[in-house]
Amino acid sequence: MELNIKYFGILAELTGCNEEQLSFSSGKVSDVLDVILKKYPPLKNKDFQIAQNKKLIGIETAVDGTEIALLPPFSGG
Amino acid sequence: MERYSRHIALNEVGQKGQDKLSNAKVLVVGAGGLGCPALQYLAAAGIGTLGIIDGDVVEESNLQRQVLYGTSSLGTDKAFAAKDRLEDLNPTISIHAFNEKLSNSNAIRLFKAYDIIVDGTDNFETRYLINDAALITNRPVVYGAIYKFEGQLSVFNYKNGPSYRCLFAEPPKNGDIPNCSEIGVLGVLPAIIGSMQANEVLKIILGFEGVLSGKLYCYNAKTSAVHIMSIQKNEHLITQIKSKALQEGEAIHCDMAIEEISVKDALQKEEAVFIDVRNSGEKPVLKLDNYQQISLSEISNNLHKVNPHSDIIVLCQSGIRSKKAVRLLEQNRFKNCYSLTGGAPALSAALKNKKNDERI
Repeated sequence: MELNIKYFGILAELTGCNEEQLSFSSGKVSDVLDVILKKYPPLKNKDFQIAQNKKLIGIETAVDGTEIALLPPFSGG
Repeated sequence: MERYSRHIALNEVGQKGQDKLSNAKVLVVGAGGLGCPALQYLAAAGIGTLGIIDGDVVEESNLQRQVLYGTSSLGTDKAFAAKDRLEDLNPTISIHAFNEKLSNSNAIRLFKAYDIIVDGTDNFETRYLINDAALITNRPVVYGAIYKFEGQLSVFNYKNGPSYRCLFAEPPKNGDIPNCSEIGVLGVLPAIIGSMQANEVLKIILGFEGVLSGKLYCYNAKTSAVHIMSIQKNEHLITQIKSKALQEGEAIHCDMAIEEISVKDALQKEEAVFIDVRNSGEKPVLKLDNYQQISLSEISNNLHKVNPHSDIIVLCQSGIRSKKAVRLLEQNRFKNCYSLTGGAPALSAALKNKKNDERI
């Protein structure tokens, strides 16, 4: 299936895009994350939460959506 | 009152709603990019009691976005400068200025005096302190945070809803996310997010449905994209924080700034122990008195090896693991713990210099 991956904040800078399409067969969110981290090694050192279809979830969740978003914390004010 | 006639004209507000606003007490933590617009609209809306806490002074680089201040406020205390300007905007409300930093010694007392807390701070330590103190005092937090062109907005601890820790359980492990002063920010962005924070405050007070609780609103000023993510409540985490606070008599044990110490100051301490939390084999190898090597992953199982009566200087390679270890030690009630600035490389260099000096 085709997944739409969205990057926020510093993650969008590190990947050079706000979003992209990724082909993925099946598995858990952590498997998608492995693919992403392999493609963008600098993301390994970053903290972020993951949302699947706009719902924040743990990485052990099965992939059953079409959109995965990576959200880093922001500290600025 | 003529001043609020445009509010009162709204069916959803009316005189009844306006009275609710004038009976409300709102504390704004941080009078910077987010705090300024939030304060302006809250004061103008007639929030009866408005608190401002900020320990900074107005700097020229603030004026690009913190439009509550003018050139004449440069160098003055933000809390007082904000109060002066807001009193001119609305002299009918009462405004309290606290020219200090929010800390674990004033947070609980302050929060208890207000109904709603607005988080307009610029660092993770204070954000976690706000969250935990708000959990303990059962106050909703209107959260806003920004990064360059992007903003986040949410309402935490509202009617038993999720807290900031349900979104990000712990402060970033892998070093701080740089803040505006280091990386820049589009001036209008905090004005947008800060005004939206004021809006959430009004929604809470007026009892509107659709308060942004359990949702993270993400805005991108460059693309105008908006995403709203739903946040699940982590009951376990919230219970943990509340019970910890109860046991410790409300002394909040959350993520306060880690105390750092320079190599020079550390070496001058007479009864200090140096704890190296790197893994064995990491270089440079250190040789000094009162030195222990306990890797970060082993430290919780080896707390008995740490002398609680001495100053504890924790070091690693870059300062990230040592800060984690200090936090861990503090959670286990060790006092006088410091993270060594510059870590093992700086200490090793200083020891070499000392040796050379002694030879001469």
